Amino acid sequence: MQNAALEYDYTVSKWFTYLAIIFGIVGMSIGVFIAFELAFPELNNLFGQYGTFSRLRPIHTNVVAFGFTLSGIFGTFYYVSQRVLKVSIAESKFVHGVGKLHFWLYLLLAAWLVVSELLGYTTSKEYAEMEWPLDLLTVVVWVLWGMAMFGLIGMRREKTLYISMWYYIATFLGVAMLYLFNNMEVPTYLVTGMGDWMKSVSMYSGTNDALVQWWYGHNAVAFVFTVPIIAIIYYYLPKESGQPVFSYKLSLLSFWGLMFVYLWAGGHHLIYSTVPDWMQTMGSIFSVILILPSWGSAINMLLTMKGEWNQLKESPLIKFMVLASTFYMLSTLEGPIQAIKSVNALAHFTDWIPGHVHDGTLGWVAFMIIASALHMAPRYYKREIYSRKLMEMQFWIQTTGIVLYFSSMWIAGITQGMMWRAVDQYGNLAYSFIDTVTVLHPYYTIRAIGGTLFVIGLFLWAYNFVKTMQSEKVLEKEPAFASPMGA
Amino acid sequence: MENIRELQAFGYFFFTVFLVVVLYAYILHLYRAEKKGTRNYEKYGNLALDDELHQEPVEPNEETTSASKEKKEQ
Repeated sequence: MQNAALEYDYTVSKWFTYLAIIFGIVGMSIGVFIAFELAFPELNNLFGQYGTFSRLRPIHTNVVAFGFTLSGIFGTFYYVSQRVLKVSIAESKFVHGVGKLHFWLYLLLAAWLVVSELLGYTTSKEYAEMEWPLDLLTVVVWVLWGMAMFGLIGMRREKTLYISMWYYIATFLGVAMLYLFNNMEVPTYLVTGMGDWMKSVSMYSGTNDALVQWWYGHNAVAFVFTVPIIAIIYYYLPKESGQPVFSYKLSLLSFWGLMFVYLWAGGHHLIYSTVPDWMQTMGSIFSVILILPSWGSAINMLLTMKGEWNQLKESPLIKFMVLASTFYMLSTLEGPIQAIKSVNALAHFTDWIPGHVHDGTLGWVAFMIIASALHMAPRYYKREIYSRKLMEMQFWIQTTGIVLYFSSMWIAGITQGMMWRAVDQYGNLAYSFIDTVTVLHPYYTIRAIGGTLFVIGLFLWAYNFVKTMQSEKVLEKEPAFASPMGA
Repeated sequence: MENIRELQAFGYFFFTVFLVVVLYAYILHLYRAEKKGTRNYEKYGNLALDDELHQEPVEPNEETTSASKEKKEQ
C-alpha cells in the first residue's frame, strides 16, 4: 500500500447506507400498512395469513430496528471510525475483508429474518422474535463487527478515542451481553426429536422469562436506539456545523451516567405484574434518574450550536439534527413520566406507549440516520447534494407526520386508559372494550396518515440520495464542514 | 437489626451516598486533571473536526505513527 494515494475507503459504509434506505422504506411502509389495518380491520384479510397484523407487526419492528437502524449505525460506523481514528480501512486487507463479510452475512441474516417471520416462525419474545438458527448467525455477524471495530482501533494513528467511538464500543458490548442472555433457548427438535427444526423454547420460564425479556427489551432501546445514535450525533452535528462539541467533559460524564443507569430501568415494563415490588420500584426510579444523562447529551448538542443558530435557518441538515436532539429530549422526559407507578397505571397497554416509542424512533433515530446519510453522500461521490429544496420539503413533511403520530396517540392512549378505569357508583366497569375501539377509530386513522407522510419523506430522501450520485456539480475535494447542496 | 427491610433501607441509603460520591469524584477528577495540566479534555472535540487522513493527529498514537512515518519516508 502506497501512502501517497491513501484515502478513506467508504465501500462498506456505502453498502450499509444503501441498505438503510431500502430497509427504511420497506419497514416503515409495512408500519403504515398495519397502522391502516388497525383503523380499518378488513385490510387484515387482503393477503391471507401473510397480511394479518399479527404476522406483519414483528416484521415491521424487526426491519426498522435491526434493518434500517442497524444498517444506518453500521454505515456511519465504517465512515466515522476511519475518520476519527485517522486510519483507512483499506490499509488492512484483513480488516477490510472482515467489514465486507460483515455486510454480506448481515444481508443474508436480514433476508432470512423477513422470510422466516413472514412464514410465521417466531419465539414470541418481543424484539427477540428470531428463531435459534438466526440467533446463531446474529452472533457471527456481531463478532465480525467487533473484529472490524477493534481491528481499526488497533491500527489507529489518533491515540485518543473520540466520544463517538466510546458509544459505538458500548453498543457492541451492550448488545452482545443482552442478546446472549435473552436468547438462551432450547431447540425442541434437537432435544425431543419432535416438531419443527426451527422451533425453540426459552430457557427461562414465567416471571423469570419476563424479567430477562424486559431487561433485554428495554436495553435494546438503549443500545440500538440511543447509544449508537448518540455516537452518530456527536460526530455529524459538530462536523456539519464546524463547531466542536460544547463540552467534552460533559460528554464523558453523560456517557458513564447513561451506561450505569440504563441497565436497571427495564423493570418499568413490568409494573403491576408478578415481578417483585422492589424491582418495579427500582425500574421506576432508575427511569427517572435516566433523564439526567440523556439530557446531558442532548443539551450538549444544542449548546454546540451556540452562536451559530443562523445555521438552523440556512441548512436543512442542521434542522434535521437539532430537531433530532430535541425529540431525544422529549422522549427521554416522556419515558420516565410513563415509568412512574401512578402514571403507568393509566398508560400501560394503551396507545400512548407506541406514541412514545415513535416520537423517539422517528424524531430522533430516523432523523439522525437521514441526516448522516445526506452528510456522507457528497463525501462518498465527491458531488454536491442534489437538492436543498427537496431536503427542506422532506423535513417539513416528516415533522408534520411525527406530530400527527404522537399527538393522536397521546389522545388515544389517555382516552383508552381513562375508559378502562371508569366505573359507575357500584364499581361496575362503565365501558366495554368495543366502546374504546369505536372512540379510538379517528385517532388510528390520523396515526396512519402521519405514518404515510413520514414514508413519503423517505422516498424524497432516497430520490435525493440517488440523484446526488449523478449530480453534475463535481467537488474537487471533500468539503470540510457544511455539505454543499444544489438549489 | 429488626428485619430485612431495615437492612435494605440502610443498604439503599449508603449505596446512594456512595454513588453520589463517585459521581462528584469523577467530575472533580475531570476538572482537576485540566487544572493541573495533565490533560486538556476540550481539545478532543477537535477529533471530529480535524479528521482528514493527512492532518496531524490531535494526539498521535506513537505505536502506529512512527511506523507510518517510516512508510512515508520510503
